[in-house]
Amino acid sequence: MYRYDEFDHAFVSARVEQFKDQVERRLAGELTEEQFRPLRLMNGVYLQLHAYMLRVAIPYGTLSGRQMHKLAHIARRYDRGYGHFTTRQNIQYNWPALSDMPAVLDELASVEMHALQTSGNCIRNVTADHFAGAAADEAADPRPYAEILRQWSSMHPEFSYLPRKFKIAVTGADRDRAAIQVHDIGLHLKKNEAGELGFAVYIGGGQGRTPMVAKKIRDFLPVEDLLTYTTAIVRVYNLNGRRDNKYKARIKILVHETGTEEITRQVEAEWQAIKDTDLKMPQQDVDAIDNYFRMPNLPHRPEGWSQLAAARKADHSFARWVDQNVTPHKNPDYGVVTISLKPIGGIPGDATDAQMDLVADIAEKFSSDEIRVSHEQNLVLPHVAIADLRIVYDLLLTDGLATANAGLITDIIACPGLDYCALANARSIPVAQRISERFGQPERQADIGELKIKISGCINACGHHHVGHIGILGVEKKGEELYQISLGGSGDEICTIGDITGRGFSSEEIVDAVETIVDRYLLVRTDKEENFLATYRRLGAAPFKDALYNETANAA
Amino acid sequence: MSVKVLTANRLTDGEAVWLGANGDWLDQIDGALVARHAEAVAALEEAGKAAIKSNLVIDVNVIDVEERGTNLYPVRLRERIRQLGPTIRLDLGKQAEKTSANAA
Repeated sequence: MYRYDEFDHAFVSARVEQFKDQVERRLAGELTEEQFRPLRLMNGVYLQLHAYMLRVAIPYGTLSGRQMHKLAHIARRYDRGYGHFTTRQNIQYNWPALSDMPAVLDELASVEMHALQTSGNCIRNVTADHFAGAAADEAADPRPYAEILRQWSSMHPEFSYLPRKFKIAVTGADRDRAAIQVHDIGLHLKKNEAGELGFAVYIGGGQGRTPMVAKKIRDFLPVEDLLTYTTAIVRVYNLNGRRDNKYKARIKILVHETGTEEITRQVEAEWQAIKDTDLKMPQQDVDAIDNYFRMPNLPHRPEGWSQLAAARKADHSFARWVDQNVTPHKNPDYGVVTISLKPIGGIPGDATDAQMDLVADIAEKFSSDEIRVSHEQNLVLPHVAIADLRIVYDLLLTDGLATANAGLITDIIACPGLDYCALANARSIPVAQRISERFGQPERQADIGELKIKISGCINACGHHHVGHIGILGVEKKGEELYQISLGGSGDEICTIGDITGRGFSSEEIVDAVETIVDRYLLVRTDKEENFLATYRRLGAAPFKDALYNETANAA
Repeated sequence: MSVKVLTANRLTDGEAVWLGANGDWLDQIDGALVARHAEAVAALEEAGKAAIKSNLVIDVNVIDVEERGTNLYPVRLRERIRQLGPTIRLDLGKQAEKTSANAA
C-alpha cells in the first residue's frame, strides 16, 4: 500500500490546521455561510437534511486494517455508530457536528487519510477496480497510476476551479469493474503486443441528467505519457467547458457538442505542446510508486483446495457464499472475497463501527492487511488463502457480513436518497430494502442469476441507475414519490445507458413492477445461462414493456 | 389549509430547527410560529434573514405545513423526514428523541 512521504504528511496536516482555523472563524461569526460554504465543501463537509455530512476519501478504494479501525472509531466517537460506503469508494458520516470536524480530520490524518477533493469542481477521488492487484484476469495493477493521478491532481493550481466536478476511473482488466465508460476520463491499463503497458483513454462519459457513454480517443497511450495526456484533456475542458450553465458544464457535454473527432484533435494538439515536458514520467518514478503496490508475500497454501471441498460438502450455506462471493486470485491458492454490505432487507453500503472493526481484524490476520471498498458499496478482502475461507466466513457470520449475494438481484446499489440527502426528491433505501426482501430467498436469487439493480433518489444519479440492468430513478410528482424504471443499462466493458420503460410507478407499485420484469425475464430467457442483460439485449424492451403496461391485455 | 413556518439547520451541529413563537429556534416543530397570511410570511422571511446574520442557523426556508388539530404537519415528504429523521432508521433523529422522551 502507498505510504505518505514527508510532503504528504505536511500537506495534509497543513490543510487540517487551515480548516480548523476556518471552522473556528465560522463559529465565531467571522466568516459568513456564503464565505464558508466553499471552504467546507473543499474539505468534504456537506449539509444534509438532519445534520452535516462528512465524506472521507478512500483513494482508489484501498484501505489497511489500521485505517478501517480508525473509520470505526470515528463512527463511534463522532457519529452514530455507523458509516455509509458510497459509489465513489468513499465513506460518508451522516451526523458529525461542525465543531467536531477538525478533530475528525486530525484523526484521519493520523492514519494518512483526508476528505480533500470529495466535493467541489475539482478532480475528485480517483476510483479503481476494487479487485485491482489481486484479480486473476488483470493485465496489471492500475492503482499505482491512480496514486500518481491523486498526487498530480491534489490541489492542482490550474484544475481547482474547473467548470464542474471531474471524475477519473482506472481499470487494469478487460472486464471493467470500475465503470470507466461513465466517467469524465476512463483509463483502461493494458499491454500491447510487445508487452508494454499503456492506456486506452476514454473521455466524456457520465450519468446525471444527461447520461452518456464515454468515447475512446486513444487506443494505446504509453504509461509515461499519462500525466501529459491527462493534463491536455483537462486543459481543453477547462478552457472550453461550459461555465454558463451548470447542467451543461461537464466534459461529456463539451465532447458531445464539439464532436469526438474535433475534441480528439484539440487534445492531441495540446498534448503535442507539452508531451515532452516535466510531467513525462521517468520509469524510475513509476517504479517507485509501483513498489508500494507490490503483491504481498503470499505463502503457498495448497492444502486449501481439499479443505474447501470438504467444507463445501458439509455446509450448503458456506458453499453458496464461496460460489457467489469468492472470485479468482492471481495466486491459485488464494481467493478474492467480497463482503456483502447488502444483508437481506438491510441498508445498502451501511456498516456499523463493530462491523468495520471486525473487517479490519480479519484483514489484518487473513488478507495481508488489505481491504477494498467497491463502487458497488461492498467491501473486499483481496488476498485470502483458500485454506482460510472457512474461518473468514465464520468470522463474518458473527456480525451479519456473510450474505451470499455478490452480483445477484439483492446486491443493490442505492444512494442515500431522501432519507438523508438534501438534493434528493425521493427515497432510495426503502425501495432497495423491499426489493431485497421480496427476492431474498437464496434459491430464488440463484435462479434469477446475475442482475444488477441500481437506485437513485434524484437525477444526479449517485445510485448509478442509468447503468443498472434494472435502473430505478425516484422523482417527486404532485408531492408523491414516483419511480421511473429503465432497463438494459450496464457499466461494464460493453457500456450502455438503460432505456426508460414508460410511465413511472408509485412507491406501493414499484416492487411489484420489478417482480413483473423479473418474472417475464424468467419466462423468455433461452436458458439459465442467459442472464437478464443478455436476454434484454436479444429481445429489447418490448416483452418487458408488455408485461409492465399491458397486463389487462395479457390476462385477456 | 396550508400555512407556513420557518425552518433551518443549526450552525453548530446542522440539526433541523424551527422558529418558535417566542423567537427561539426549536428542536421540534411543535410550537413553531405559524404564518397564516402574506404579511406574516414576509415577517418570517425577515426573521430568517436576521437569523442568518446573527449566525445561529443556515439553510433557512419558509415551508408549507397543515394544521391538524394541535399538530403541524409539513406538506412535503422532505420536510416530514427532516421533522422526524430517516424513515429507515427509527432509532435515529428526532423520532428517536421523542420515543426516548416518552419512554422516560
